[in-house]
Amino acid sequence: MYLQLTVGGLLLGCVYGLVAMGLSLIYGVMGIVNFAHGAFVMLAMYASFWLNRFLGLDPVLSSPLIALLMFGFGVLMYHAVIGKVLEGPFLARLLVTFGLSIFLINSAQFLWSPDYRMVENPMFRGIIMLGPVFIERPKLVASIGSLIVAGLIYWFVRKTKTGLAIQAISLDRMAASLMGINIERLNGYAFGLGCACAGAAGAFLAEFYYIFPDVGTMFGLVALVAVALGGFGSTEGALIGAILIGIIETVGGFIVGSEFKYALVFLAYLVIVILRPRGLMGWGAD
Amino acid sequence: MLNVSSISAGYSGVPALTDVSLHINSGEIVTIVGSNGAGKSTIARTISGLVKPTSGTITFNGERIDQLPPHEIVARGLVHVPEGRHVFSKLTVTENLRLGAYTTDSETEIERRLERVYELFPILKERARQTAGSMSGGQQQMLALGRGLMADPKLLILDEPSLGLMPKLVEELFDAIRAISKTGVTILLIEQRVLEALELCHRGYVLQNGRIVTEGTGAELMDSEMVRKAYLGM
Ligand SMILES: Nc1ncnc2c1ncn2[C@@H]1O[C@H](COP(=O)(O)OP(=O)(O)OP(=O)(O)O)[C@@H](O)[C@H]1O
Ligand SMILES: [Mg+2]
Repeated sequence: MYLQLTVGGLLLGCVYGLVAMGLSLIYGVMGIVNFAHGAFVMLAMYASFWLNRFLGLDPVLSSPLIALLMFGFGVLMYHAVIGKVLEGPFLARLLVTFGLSIFLINSAQFLWSPDYRMVENPMFRGIIMLGPVFIERPKLVASIGSLIVAGLIYWFVRKTKTGLAIQAISLDRMAASLMGINIERLNGYAFGLGCACAGAAGAFLAEFYYIFPDVGTMFGLVALVAVALGGFGSTEGALIGAILIGIIETVGGFIVGSEFKYALVFLAYLVIVILRPRGLMGWGAD
Repeated sequence: MLNVSSISAGYSGVPALTDVSLHINSGEIVTIVGSNGAGKSTIARTISGLVKPTSGTITFNGERIDQLPPHEIVARGLVHVPEGRHVFSKLTVTENLRLGAYTTDSETEIERRLERVYELFPILKERARQTAGSMSGGQQQMLALGRGLMADPKLLILDEPSLGLMPKLVEELFDAIRAISKTGVTILLIEQRVLEALELCHRGYVLQNGRIVTEGTGAELMDSEMVRKAYLGM
């Protein structure tokens, strides 16, 4: 039974991990906590839903397209809103993504009603048996997909010139600008990449999860905890933190009752933050 | 080559520079000396676009640059190696150097520049795969300088490159600066080691409380009563 639960938590944790990675990337580069991250997941879920409804595209198959759309949306959001307050007062920086989140959630309610929706006829469904463990196929696909996207983003940040510039900004913005790096443009890319993570995760989730305007809030919160767990600014840490949360949520939720599972997640967070203020692997942004 | 014409600048309204004018001719080594807090670094930051002047103009090769963002100034060959090194500590030496050449995309050009930097600072080649943060202060300074050279500068601004270096390394560093100058790079050197800087430079400016108080050739400044008293302790 516990093996079963752990596997389930692991799968969930991988999807959380992708969401958290985007959040961590944005924080590391521009030092803002993106409270709208969950709302971006929600938008991506709706986008997948409508693509499925009108074009018959399966969410898993449309995930690259959704990620691309969300990248563009993120770049746009950065230049239209986020970048404008980055140099502004602390409170403005803190509240801008919060406001954006409320705006997006309310827009979704207005445009698409608060109804719960689900993708009909998803391509991946049912369960597969792996020895004594049964695994829900859409969750397996979602977790593998999330790991692939996370790997791609990791590769991009570590190995490409643009990725190196993004790292440089997160390490030392002043020095980065002296290298000839256009900080504004690269911030936009980084924000877009973070949104693309939320987007891909949203597409994978749309395959099996209910879709409603507030659906992203919990994902955003969990990602926030994962990032704090792993250490702000450490993408690997965020991924590991997220997987931990997935396991705590499912295994712990089974033990204490599922209505308390998030309480357990936040408790674990409190304990780790008290013992290790900088997170499991973190070094914090300057 | 560079013409700074009566600029004033400051931080959140507090002035740090008042009516500063200076010029640098192609091929020169020009130095700015002055005590702590005189505003030397602020001059460097204003030229490289990190700080916007509140008045005055800066032209580089005849073109106004005082309103340009830093990355566009770098692209014109005006490169600022900031005080305190500011290497990317978690990245490797090679990654740091490659970032220095960010404005070019030609791989052969980057390789050529890498070779040149390695020739000047062989230690960087030995440590190529090490993270910058794991190196000693002196090596990090070499890296900061090498990274600046990777941009193929026409004008290189060095802000207190000798800060915190052992005397033996300071000598090496000044040799390196001389060698860089011989390759045709114009240099603006900001230094606390006044004697060494005045010996090395063609011309120099003395900055006090955000104002230029004296200028002249290195030899002239070394002979000046004021400089001897205030900076050379003679
Ligand atoms: N980032 C900053 N914010 C506010 N004030 C600053 C900042 N940097 C420098 N100053 C102030 O501006 C004045 C000039 O500083 P600057 O760093 O240019 O001096 P400096 O000659 O380079 O000194 P040092 O020899 O210590 O490097 C000082 O009074 C300093 O306190
Ligand atoms: Mg200084």
